[in-house]
Amino acid sequence: MKFHLKVWRQKSCNAPGNLEEYDAENIPAEASFLEMLDIVNSQLTGKNIEPIQFDSDCREGICGNCSLTINGIPHGKGRGTTCQLYMRNFQDGETITIEPFRADAFPVRRDLVTNRTAFDRVMQAGGYISERSGSAPDANAVPISKVIADEAMDAAACIGCGACAAACPNGSAMLFVSAKVTHLGLLPQGKPEKNRRVLGMVRQMDEEGFGNCSNYYACEAVCPAGVPASFIGRMNREFTAASVKEMIGLNV
Amino acid sequence: MITSSSSSVRTGPCPAQLWIFSSIGKKTIVSLTGIALVLFVIGHLLGNFTIYLGPDAMNLYAEKLHSLGPILWAIRLALLATVVLHIYFTMLLWKENKAARPQKYIASDPIKTTVFARTMRLSGLIVLSFVIFHLAHFTVRVVDPSFQNMETQLDGRQVHDVYAMVVKGFSSAPVVLGYVIGLFLLTFHLSHGISSLFQTLGITNSHIRHTYELAARVLAWALFAGYTSIPIAVFVFGLGKGAAQ
Amino acid sequence: MTLESNIPDGPLELKWTNYKNNAKLVSPANKRKFDLIIVGSGLAGASAAATLAEQGYNVKCFCYQDSPRRAHSIAAQGGINAAKNYQNDGDSVFRLFYDTIKGGDFRSREANVYRLAEVSTDIIDQCVAQGVPFAREYGGLLANRSFGGAQVSRTFYARGQTGQQLLLGAYAGLSHQIALGAVKMFPRTEMLDLVVVDGHAKGIVVRDLNTGEITTHAGDAVLLCTGGYGNVFYLSTNARGCNVTATFRAYKRGALFANPCYTQIHPTCIPVSGDYQSKLTLMSESLRNDGRIWVPKRKEDSGKDPASIPEEDRDYYLERKYPSYGNLAPRDISSRSAKEVCDEGRGVGPGGLGVYLDFSDAIKRLGQKTIEERYGNLFEMYRNITGENAYERPMRIYPAVHYTMGGLWVDYNLQSNIQGLHVLGEANFSDHGANRLGASALMQGLADGYFVIPYTLGNYLTSQFGKKVDQSHPAFEQALSDTKARVKKLMDIKGTKPVDYFHRNLGLLIWDYCGMARSAEGLKEAIGKIQALREEFWTDLRLLGTGDGINMELERAGRVADFLEFGELMCLDALVRDESCGGHFRVEHQTPEGEAVRNDENFSFVSAWKYEGDGNMPSLIKEPLVYEKVKLATRSYK
Repeated sequence: MKFHLKVWRQKSCNAPGNLEEYDAENIPAEASFLEMLDIVNSQLTGKNIEPIQFDSDCREGICGNCSLTINGIPHGKGRGTTCQLYMRNFQDGETITIEPFRADAFPVRRDLVTNRTAFDRVMQAGGYISERSGSAPDANAVPISKVIADEAMDAAACIGCGACAAACPNGSAMLFVSAKVTHLGLLPQGKPEKNRRVLGMVRQMDEEGFGNCSNYYACEAVCPAGVPASFIGRMNREFTAASVKEMIGLNV
Repeated sequence: MITSSSSSVRTGPCPAQLWIFSSIGKKTIVSLTGIALVLFVIGHLLGNFTIYLGPDAMNLYAEKLHSLGPILWAIRLALLATVVLHIYFTMLLWKENKAARPQKYIASDPIKTTVFARTMRLSGLIVLSFVIFHLAHFTVRVVDPSFQNMETQLDGRQVHDVYAMVVKGFSSAPVVLGYVIGLFLLTFHLSHGISSLFQTLGITNSHIRHTYELAARVLAWALFAGYTSIPIAVFVFGLGKGAAQ
Repeated sequence: MTLESNIPDGPLELKWTNYKNNAKLVSPANKRKFDLIIVGSGLAGASAAATLAEQGYNVKCFCYQDSPRRAHSIAAQGGINAAKNYQNDGDSVFRLFYDTIKGGDFRSREANVYRLAEVSTDIIDQCVAQGVPFAREYGGLLANRSFGGAQVSRTFYARGQTGQQLLLGAYAGLSHQIALGAVKMFPRTEMLDLVVVDGHAKGIVVRDLNTGEITTHAGDAVLLCTGGYGNVFYLSTNARGCNVTATFRAYKRGALFANPCYTQIHPTCIPVSGDYQSKLTLMSESLRNDGRIWVPKRKEDSGKDPASIPEEDRDYYLERKYPSYGNLAPRDISSRSAKEVCDEGRGVGPGGLGVYLDFSDAIKRLGQKTIEERYGNLFEMYRNITGENAYERPMRIYPAVHYTMGGLWVDYNLQSNIQGLHVLGEANFSDHGANRLGASALMQGLADGYFVIPYTLGNYLTSQFGKKVDQSHPAFEQALSDTKARVKKLMDIKGTKPVDYFHRNLGLLIWDYCGMARSAEGLKEAIGKIQALREEFWTDLRLLGTGDGINMELERAGRVADFLEFGELMCLDALVRDESCGGHFRVEHQTPEGEAVRNDENFSFVSAWKYEGDGNMPSLIKEPLVYEKVKLATRSYK
């Protein structure tokens, strides 16, 4: 197959960037999108053009490292990560525009590589259960209903790729944050720190410069892990409840 | 084990400020004020429906409202404050959201978002100007000064003839068209606004969410039908023609 | 040089208890005086970093990924074993120990494996306390499934994402410690050398992958938790970035590399479809419960539409060769059988490298709905990758590399022969012998990080009071300038071929000669070819751009350069191990039916390789494997 690519090239974080045009030729239909870029990079190296820098690692849809916006959609059309997108889903000869994930909190490092450490800092602000290795009670000491465990797993499935924030016209990270708040908030082990967790994580999210939720639900539409936006509603409720407790002077 | 406690003594803003100016707090204020405004819109429509009961019913309703005096003014001021808060916090959110996504995609795709959701600010601003026109039209009565002098007899008392004013007001094609457009955008606004508020306030889960969304759209369009029925009834079907002459 | 494995005295069951009772402790006030360097943030690295920081040590943790949450442990699907016996089906610590030893074809160290089985139960408790959402039954108790190589159900799982959930648990613990300031995290930072001062590991050299800056970090101990070397095959189920550089650089600084030839090849992966391919995807082995594996009897039929090949022209070779286990024959055996039939020219699909996994009988018997319920997500994944509908047309599968049992040599303390250098998880060699059982990799990574190293590290550190070395020491300067020179050398080759060309060709060589079947002749040939390829690499590699800032081709080139040396070591090890055991199959040593023949008399040892300088043969040091508890037996699956 053959494609005409328009690719965002940017030397460094502060340098200006622009779309460069390349032709991708002799691309097998079975190639994944990233393999197509590998081929293009080999061809560019042959022509003494610096290869396109893009993130990828596991290439099986779970590490969350790949982060391309393809024709305006983070990870491209269809549910899944960029590495799980195959060229047979494109038209032969199609023009494809490739841009980095965009959000103020995700500055571009180079070409298509963005800095998503903001997510790590949000996690550090409360996305954990405080426990000490070796001090845990027996795993079956607290039964957890299958329904709760399954819903917690739905939330825990988040791969932290950042497509939610990149798809949101407001650059909001609510889906990511709510997935962790919901996962840990549902489980009995996470309840003791529920209030301080949601307060800490939401405040850090605001601090990082992510936008606010306008209930567009673009996040949910692009989420490769299928995290539902109803978790955002749940987080809103938990956050306000925790804030009220804090306002009336209860310890949280 | 957490040493940095959010509840320990802090020198920064107080918990209430922290909540109000957090992303979720601001959204919550917009949705709470939105609820108040939706309730007003529903109540206002119910009042308007008195037009179908004839001139006396409508004029009596208007007279009762005006007789509330200071209470009416308190309600008006509260409504004004609600609108101001609604708009102020929306503007804050808007500013932050613009800053959070400074660079648009060159190849853009309106992923999933509805036209109602995307046009919230625009529809809101148009609704605002519509409301101002509406107040100038029927409340302050400066659009057509002749409205000031329309009086009628009600149970032997001299009262303002609201009925005749409305009928006259809706006898002009541009005005009716303006009202229908204004109401149409209000419906856009409410269609997204009402379904959103459940999500923002967290009264939702993944099963019930779609029911809420449907109910919100039904309510919004029902309000549209109710409101536009009046100018259309007057202009197209000649409601109250006798009374106006 | 003799190797001291430092196994504690006493009966097997009491060794770990005795060890803990007698281990030297570092007091809380002293812990904060020690700086620890941890490289890697997968299950082993993140769990060790979180636990050691929580105990009071100052930890610096490094990973090449942009976030510690993306380490490749995240991709493990199946589950994690633990001898909880929640199913009351006769499981015990001893049984898990025995299954692991037997699964490893009697080539692992008894005491280490017993300890692993012993702490396995604590891991599950720990993970549940962290909020890992393991599968549960309606009553609220934990669910288990059975897995290959065991007759009990002892595998805990979180849908098909167990590795992800365990890693996110460890990452959460790590994040907590980062927030407390106890861990300083360095993402997108790759270790390029080890600094050894007077026989003790005292620091590392790293390159910041964002800025290209090369710096050194000093510490009182170095922990390598850098995973396996499966990417020496180019195509594997590993992530693109997985590499041998950290462990190989340590090897070049004197650490012994043990059993590099032990690699595991998983039988059910989606086959290669072309030379552009960058990655192989594994599909759960559970598919073999209902699928029947076959190839055409005649090679002329291999290009035909499978539906047009009549029953009598199909060869259900596993059912034919192993009537009792049939399609459920163990991983190494079914992988090898697939290779055999493909070598005979009867393979199917592109390049003839694939066999059919056919569900049509199961669909007839159980209905499509049942098959959908059991394997729907796998069929979906297969369709997404290949574009084929496996309900209508048999799946094509082929074996792929997905784990490496070999690694740096460590003693019972998980300490290498270089003092202060500790190696955890897949990066060490100690627990899986010549073959790893399913659901045991996650167990080992977490056991090492949460429960072993926190005890054994103190033992070493008590000897290091007052022996701090800082970065001004000449050893640091030397390592730093060596690394800078190496990066410059790579950039200066200015040849014509991209990195992938060399990596792909190396992978083909290793796969052909040191893959599922190995022969003395082939291995010797491979060593020559690898040397030639390495030569070509250092004269004809083309890297563009500079070493400053992000340059992923440069990152890859450094890793491939190490793989090009490591591949040779791997072939050498395979050549010297003149027997067949586990994942190491020497064609010279098989029964007439094609079964592996182990040679316990001459090869019951760990091969530990010592670097002797570039261009010189590394020397082999043997650690004899002594079995006190277990009787060596032949594995049979007929």
